[in-house]
Amino acid sequence: MSTLNTLTIAAARKGLRAGDFTATELTDACLSAIDGAGTLNAFVHHTAESARVQAGAADKRLQDSAEAPAVCGIPLGIKDLFCTKGVPSQAGSAILNGFRPEYESTVTQNLFDAGAVMLGKLNMDEFAMGSSNETSVYGNVINPWKAADGTDLTPGGSSGGSAAAVAADLCLAATGTDTGGSIRQPAAFTGITGLKPTYGRCSRWGIVAFASSLDQAGPMTRDVRDAAIMLGAMCGHDPKDSTSVDLPVPDFEAALTGDIRGKTIGIPREYRMDGMPEEIEKLWSDGTAMLKDAGAKIADITLPHTKYALPAYYVIAPAEASSNLARYDGVRFGHRAKLAPGDGITEMYEKTRAEGFGPEVQRRVMVGTYVLSAGFYDAYYNRARKVRALIKRDFDTVFADGIDAILTPATPSAAFPLGIKHDDPVQMYLNDVFTVPVNLAGLPGVAVPTGLDHQGMPLGLQLIGRPWEEGDLLNVAFSLERAAGFVAKPAKWW
Amino acid sequence: MSIDTETAAKVAKLARIKVDPADLPALAGEFNTILGFIDQLNEVDVTGIEPMVSVTPMRLKRRTDTVTDGDRQKAVLANAPDAREGFFAVPKVVE
Repeated sequence: MSTLNTLTIAAARKGLRAGDFTATELTDACLSAIDGAGTLNAFVHHTAESARVQAGAADKRLQDSAEAPAVCGIPLGIKDLFCTKGVPSQAGSAILNGFRPEYESTVTQNLFDAGAVMLGKLNMDEFAMGSSNETSVYGNVINPWKAADGTDLTPGGSSGGSAAAVAADLCLAATGTDTGGSIRQPAAFTGITGLKPTYGRCSRWGIVAFASSLDQAGPMTRDVRDAAIMLGAMCGHDPKDSTSVDLPVPDFEAALTGDIRGKTIGIPREYRMDGMPEEIEKLWSDGTAMLKDAGAKIADITLPHTKYALPAYYVIAPAEASSNLARYDGVRFGHRAKLAPGDGITEMYEKTRAEGFGPEVQRRVMVGTYVLSAGFYDAYYNRARKVRALIKRDFDTVFADGIDAILTPATPSAAFPLGIKHDDPVQMYLNDVFTVPVNLAGLPGVAVPTGLDHQGMPLGLQLIGRPWEEGDLLNVAFSLERAAGFVAKPAKWW
Repeated sequence: MSIDTETAAKVAKLARIKVDPADLPALAGEFNTILGFIDQLNEVDVTGIEPMVSVTPMRLKRRTDTVTDGDRQKAVLANAPDAREGFFAVPKVVE
């Protein structure tokens, strides 16, 4: 039973229902895998005790009813950005040191209501601001995949802990969040599947806010079927989030027929970047050929404002972050700086925020403050929101012209070494060049592993779908996954 | 648009983040790099385009204006760095 932790959700569901093993055994297998993987630094808060209680309850439920939900008894890792009642929830930041929420996020509550088991909280970039998991107060996560020369690589970010934990078989699946690519980029860097749903599909209530008009939670799983199963358990209308959509939750898994005949897949010419590595080009054209072989029509399309997505994002996301992060003031929760005699409330704010926020968060809060300040609001913030409208219009146009899904690379490269110095922060931002437009347009996007680079590192492709049609999107992803037949796993060294 | 150390200090003040004066020139440099990148937005013709307010074209739902929650003083104060007599405590604000 030592390999239970390597199962997919679908396989575990089958085994649990058949009584081949119990949720308790499954949970114990993950807990021992976690115990042996401290080096990866993926799990940062451990909840073994409550996991066993949840697993026991799931076993009872599975025994009592043949109708137990699909994720009943499934052990999951939860990104530290989700508030979990009574369990440290720090968003990877020192400013939330010691914070134990008095409430449960809607997404984790939905998962628990469906019988899922939480193994612990997963490492991430501070406040989800980063693309390499190097801005975390907990330290770097190490990618379970190693470079040929043994160099430690980033698992990507911000959901780096989630990606590493799923890839290293520490949990069956994990929650992630995605503001500009934070589910899809780490999924691509670790050879797993990562889905960012349509904006509004999953409730944002109880998820520490970064940029509220872009943030969206989603599943990070071993395959497309698991993403469909887990999304169904995470999402649903929530009156506590005014942007949560009041639409019925379809059976996403039932959409996975693998039949994509007659579908039209768009290949956007603007995603062919200068200096794109040849192996990414090849991955993309191979993926295109796979979908064509499966019976899809391929169409060249244009998304003319693609180039402006990153600059627009780096106005809008910091602007919203500067506003959202104003709440960390040392008064109601988290860290408060020690004050010198005579310090007033302003010194308390300034010292608390200087001590509690890391450099990247400070930078973004200040950039956001600047673009929202009097005299620059129109020039930066309003202009960026106009460009965002144009970026969305690009997508609306191609979907109106009959495109069903869009195929692009997920990332401009494979995972890169930890600790490489970027001369300027913008270099790091370029990681999200293919993923950011999707958040700006509020669309669903999924990263699927489809190949390896010359060093044996995983590479992924991204599929972008129409709003609210995650089922259709996942079906195209399912077809791509079957054709690519990606089965590589990292060799265990930890 | 170039940001000098004085502007950087002003932004830090507005953001309520204490920055050591010695670090201001480097901070101003980083701002300039990021804003230089953002300046590409000026190439886009945005004539007649409305700034996006909501990415999903839906009306916000209305609800009745009633009290649905409350009476949770203990839970509200549970994570406060300094709570006294049922209140958040802060340094003296009014002289």
